[in-house]
Amino acid sequence: MPAASPRLPDERLAPLTASYAEALRQRRLSSLFLMAAIIVAAIVSGLLAEVAPARFVQNIGDFFSYFGRIAVFDNSVPDRPDLTGRFVLFDVREWMWGIDRWMRLLIDTLLIAYLGTVLGTIGAFALCFLAAQNLMPNKWIRLSVKRYLEFCRTVPELVFALIFVIAFGLGPVPGVLAIAIHTMGANGKLFSEVAENIDMKPVEGVMAAGGSWVQVMRFAVVPQVLSNFVSYTLLRFEINVRGASVMGFVGAGGIGQNLIEAIRKFYYTDVSAILVLIIATVMIIDLLTERLRHALIGKESSK
Amino acid sequence: MSSALRDQALADAAGLAQRHPTVFTPPLKQRLVTIAVILALVGLFVFGFHRLGFSLTRFLNGLTQLGSFVGFMIPPSPGTWAKAVIYFHALAETIAIAFLGTLLAFLFSFPLAFLAARNATINRGVQLLVRRFSDSVRGVDTLIWALIWVTVVGLGPFAGVLAIMTSDIGNFTKLFSEAIESADKKAGEGVVSTGGSRLHEIRFGILPQVFPVIIGQTLYFFESNTRSATIIGIVGAGGIGLHLSEQIRTLEWQGVSFIILLILITVAVIDFASTKLRIAIIGKSQVAV
Repeated sequence: MPAASPRLPDERLAPLTASYAEALRQRRLSSLFLMAAIIVAAIVSGLLAEVAPARFVQNIGDFFSYFGRIAVFDNSVPDRPDLTGRFVLFDVREWMWGIDRWMRLLIDTLLIAYLGTVLGTIGAFALCFLAAQNLMPNKWIRLSVKRYLEFCRTVPELVFALIFVIAFGLGPVPGVLAIAIHTMGANGKLFSEVAENIDMKPVEGVMAAGGSWVQVMRFAVVPQVLSNFVSYTLLRFEINVRGASVMGFVGAGGIGQNLIEAIRKFYYTDVSAILVLIIATVMIIDLLTERLRHALIGKESSK
Repeated sequence: MSSALRDQALADAAGLAQRHPTVFTPPLKQRLVTIAVILALVGLFVFGFHRLGFSLTRFLNGLTQLGSFVGFMIPPSPGTWAKAVIYFHALAETIAIAFLGTLLAFLFSFPLAFLAARNATINRGVQLLVRRFSDSVRGVDTLIWALIWVTVVGLGPFAGVLAIMTSDIGNFTKLFSEAIESADKKAGEGVVSTGGSRLHEIRFGILPQVFPVIIGQTLYFFESNTRSATIIGIVGAGGIGLHLSEQIRTLEWQGVSFIILLILITVAVIDFASTKLRIAIIGKSQVAV
């Protein structure tokens, strides 16, 4: 039945369409204003950051040819003049000539990330309940713990690493400590947010049964937050593997030392070999932790 | 009343234990798995501890050294006024690097994210290709990108902008595409049912749902990029990191603490501003990142 759809009489429709147009105009105006603000900020930043489009266009070829150059052998391979100009996969053994050393350094890198994550998470676990609004009634303790955690995660790990390298000497130890401090700050914040969102009924139950503060945490809070904590820790481990791969830039252990050397000294095929190893490691770790996290979350939601 | 309930429960403790065995004694298998996992984690920790050369004496020596450094850091001071001016300029440069890097990454990854999302892409092959591309880009740390860009455009903050842009293209493409994939299908179906094309579906069905999330994530990354931008100077890509590493290497501890203080204040201000902006743009309900 092709009847006309019901329609308001024009005299009642007019004010509605007018107010709709007005609202739309207002929104457009404010979007336009925001756009203009962003563009102005971008121009100012561009001047400050010495953005040089001309240099960029002129050299952008170098960026892509860099990836070309790290993908082929140059004439630096001893006794193998036939390899010059060949794609690296042509002779994988020659490309990955340092695989033993690099694998050892990669294991070191993973261990740095692991130890840093574990130490930092222990610290975060100990402090997070003190920073949660619903669990720590004392305002002074809570706020000072919060500020401390903020300090730990705001100062970049590499800055801690630079300072620790001077205090503890070159090697992986300062790297582990730097990552641990950063992890403590980041996880401490996330953990305390999880703890702030728990169901308070079990807490009241344990309190009513005469439990001490520690007992309340153990029997009412921890069972509720543990799976979230594990999930965040796995995610942090993933991030820390990436962080550990550059700790060597400042002498704090791991594969970064070899990578920065290769980049600075233009050992092109070494750069690609180490980068490929790092990317592969990071991807494998990503995959594994994602699996684990999904398994954990799945178990949680099926309960 | 509650005490009566409690007495009742206590009197029936044996019965309760019998009716809910898993609560009182978890099954043996589950306990064994828990113990095995914990043992493996602790074992790996001990192994790493030895392999990486930790030792108590070295640790304690380091701590005493660190303590004396902290003593030297007080009070924070830039040294001379000329240095303070240099630091403030470097700080402005740092913020500019973070802002431009985030903005450019946003512009590039916005279209890429639609290609990488299962429900908005052109075809499966393109989706997988974009996914792998963004995964590889993300696998490389910002600092490594900075090193590579330095070899291309030379030392200076421009390399930093490009480094932050590159690594965030990887991050944003992943995060945005996940947001797009989790969008409600119904709005898009509605658009299609009234005769909209695929582009209409994306523009009117998906975009309004994901845009607030995307903006929220971008603002969040702007804050975290400010932090990254403070260190890329270590490899010569501009910003305050160059001065910071210089002050640390020359053991000018008062200068170090001054710069760290500057960084802390800046990050706190940007954190505050971006949270305010996020709430203003997308409302309080969708702050979740």
